[in-house]
Amino acid sequence: MNEDMNSFMDEQEEDTQKGKFLTFYLGDECYGIDILYVTEIIGIQPITVVPELPHFIKGIINLRGKIIPVMDARLKFNKEAKDYNDRTCIIVIDVAQLSIGIIVDAVAEVLNISDDNIVPPPNLNTGGRKYIKSVGKSEEKITLILDCEKLLDENEVNELNHAND
Amino acid sequence: MENSYIDEPMLEAYVYETSQIIETLEQLMIQSEKVGTFSEEAMNEIFRFMHTIKGSSAMMMFNEISTLAHKIEDIFYVIRENKTIEYDFATLVDCILESVDYYKIEMIKIRNGERPDGDTASLTDKVNDYLVKLKKDNGLDKSKKEDKEKPKADQKYYISPNRKEDQAKYYKVKITFKKNCEMENIRAYTVIHNIVDLVEEVLYKPSDIIDNDQSVDEIRSNGFHMAIRSTAHEADIQKYLDSTIFLEKLDFEETNQEWFKEFEVIYQDQEISDEIKIPETSKKYVEIQKNKKEKEDSKQEVTATAAQSIISVNVDKLDKLMDMVGELVIAEAMVSQNPEVVRLEIESFDKASRQLHKISSELQDMVMAIRMVALSTTFMKMHRIVRDMTRKLSKDVVLDVYGEETEVDKNIIEKIADPLMHIIRNAIDHGIEDAEERKIAGKDPQGNLTLEAKNSGSDVLIIVKDDGKGLNKEKIYEKAYNLGLIYQSIEDMNDKDIYRLILHPGFSMKEQVTEFSGRGVGMDVVAKNIESIGGSVIVDSVLGKGTTIILKIPLTLAIIEGMNVKVGDSRFTIPIVSIKESFRPLNKEIIRDPEGREMIMVRGLCYPIIKLYEHYGLQTNVQDYEKGILIMVEEDDRSCCLMADELLGQQQVVVKSLPNYIKKYKQIKGLGGCTLLGDGSISLILDVGEFELSNVHEK
Repeated sequence: MNEDMNSFMDEQEEDTQKGKFLTFYLGDECYGIDILYVTEIIGIQPITVVPELPHFIKGIINLRGKIIPVMDARLKFNKEAKDYNDRTCIIVIDVAQLSIGIIVDAVAEVLNISDDNIVPPPNLNTGGRKYIKSVGKSEEKITLILDCEKLLDENEVNELNHAND
Repeated sequence: MENSYIDEPMLEAYVYETSQIIETLEQLMIQSEKVGTFSEEAMNEIFRFMHTIKGSSAMMMFNEISTLAHKIEDIFYVIRENKTIEYDFATLVDCILESVDYYKIEMIKIRNGERPDGDTASLTDKVNDYLVKLKKDNGLDKSKKEDKEKPKADQKYYISPNRKEDQAKYYKVKITFKKNCEMENIRAYTVIHNIVDLVEEVLYKPSDIIDNDQSVDEIRSNGFHMAIRSTAHEADIQKYLDSTIFLEKLDFEETNQEWFKEFEVIYQDQEISDEIKIPETSKKYVEIQKNKKEKEDSKQEVTATAAQSIISVNVDKLDKLMDMVGELVIAEAMVSQNPEVVRLEIESFDKASRQLHKISSELQDMVMAIRMVALSTTFMKMHRIVRDMTRKLSKDVVLDVYGEETEVDKNIIEKIADPLMHIIRNAIDHGIEDAEERKIAGKDPQGNLTLEAKNSGSDVLIIVKDDGKGLNKEKIYEKAYNLGLIYQSIEDMNDKDIYRLILHPGFSMKEQVTEFSGRGVGMDVVAKNIESIGGSVIVDSVLGKGTTIILKIPLTLAIIEGMNVKVGDSRFTIPIVSIKESFRPLNKEIIRDPEGREMIMVRGLCYPIIKLYEHYGLQTNVQDYEKGILIMVEEDDRSCCLMADELLGQQQVVVKSLPNYIKKYKQIKGLGGCTLLGDGSISLILDVGEFELSNVHEK
């Protein structure tokens, strides 16, 4: 009985979050993050630099007493850096118990994309990292949906770092 | 009911309770083993423990656990009820310790949310065999079952052992509870439970109040009948019964022995008819009540006096409390050091903020004190290890424990148990020789192992000392040299440096791998674990005389007194304990060697300089020594000078670890964590020990 109730509740919760993506911009491109991962969105904050980290980890911030690292999405995707302004946001995501902030140019909206409109990304053999999990279509717009697990995979971070060296 | 983990709080309580019992049980066994027999008290206690485990495990549907407990309970029941019985003490202790191990594993499984699926078959068989043998040896097999039923019934229904045949009076009691008071059976049980102190013997009807839900109805309609035999004052008993909660009507009259006997007969008939059937889930609520009671009883006996004033609190809550106190300390600094307020220089504000500071630091001390736990439980575990190892290796070793009342932070306790175990194992396996070898060496054939804890400033020292063969300096050196760990010649190294080599990964002096140690993954793990909590390991030894290993661990991890310094835009916090002094040097005092390394001469001693901005590649305008400041830091007799832009002030800081993501990525050298400053910004805490320090000694 209790169990049924729980699973029912779970379903409910899942339903409300399923198929929803938080979209943000990096330059002209629109990216999406599964809303399940998103904890909150905050404005840009003073960032404490931590030495000896890869360039895309800007440092750490104080999020109400919790200290989390922040990653610049532009640098992570090998785009050129851009000065932060008041449109710049930090999206705090929680993946596999790791909290991390992602700095993006601007947050757009929460988008409903049904499963039918999500397709796997084209198989580009450029050797780049597969941070894009899938591509969503909605009203003439293309959203690149990020794979959060891969984004945070520290092995890749290491590899990338070695490659940079 | 497959998924019984829905009952999280209940499960948690169960695991907690059972783990505690198991721990106490283990200690009890070790103590008893030393004496060589079970005292009556110990026996009662073990019986009670097993009974509790049996009950609560059955309630949680862990049948295997329950069955095993039941068997052991049976053994002790037989032993206890037959005082003259002869039994194989050593085997019994082994049996129970084995069961204790089994329970421990199962508890871990349950705690991790798995099903306790350990196979008890062999263990149960063993216990069963023991029981059968025990009965057989003492002529107590099945045919005498009837005899045994009686005392069992007696026990269950609280007959005080010191029965006095004469002077006892008999009373007939009927209690009627108020209507709608609910749970009549439990109320009745409470009455019975509490009256035991007053009476010699009490029988009651319905007899199965705690096992049978139906009894509620019977008590409701017919009342609760009791037959009491007591030497106590009639008035006392009546008074006690009068005080029963929800009492509607009390019929109390004196009666004679015959009536009592009659009641007894009726009563035993009932009893035999539903003899020892394992209770089912529907009755469980009552079982909990019962178990709780028994647990309380046992605790009271163990700690006699202080039992009532102790509560157990979930560690998570304490962690949270400490976090909050940490935040409070920061917030306090934020207010009292607010630059604008400080500029106003208001006297009353200063006074008030000093008061606030005093209270918050007292609060902090208090929270720290709450988290302090005595080392005794950890030390007690070592007795068990020594026992098991001495048996297996057939060595004779005595463990002496001193200072087990020394307290350290709960988090630290968890981290030192394993290293300590390693050290003890090493000491027995490698350190202490066989009895014969010892005789040849002119030592007492019995090996001595000392485990000592003591406070020393802000550290706690845990000293493990054996009187074994000691470390062979030359052998260690040779091995390390062959492994390519060192290049100096043996004359260039001092003893402590050589001994420290055994803490190196992959370094094992033992030629043969034994069950207990010698795989080369011992001491380096010890060193790592201790270092992870900010402690250090010191090894000292005299060849042929013994080895001493000292674990130096901090009292607490969470809050440190720190000096905040500024380098460019970054802020760093240096623990005050490692700062010796700070000063602004003149440029001409700086010495540069041909490789460009910089040093400074202070009072005739030469210290290397580490420029923080250079070390961490930070931007700063202050690169001139005469504008910046040097902070001399020291750890373990090694020191250096750190150069920063300026000092920002001293503050108590709450140590927070760096985010896991960063820690997983890389261990940044010299960073011990981070903390929040008064203005909400983050400061990085420097771990002085990880800098390139050098030995600076006065010649």
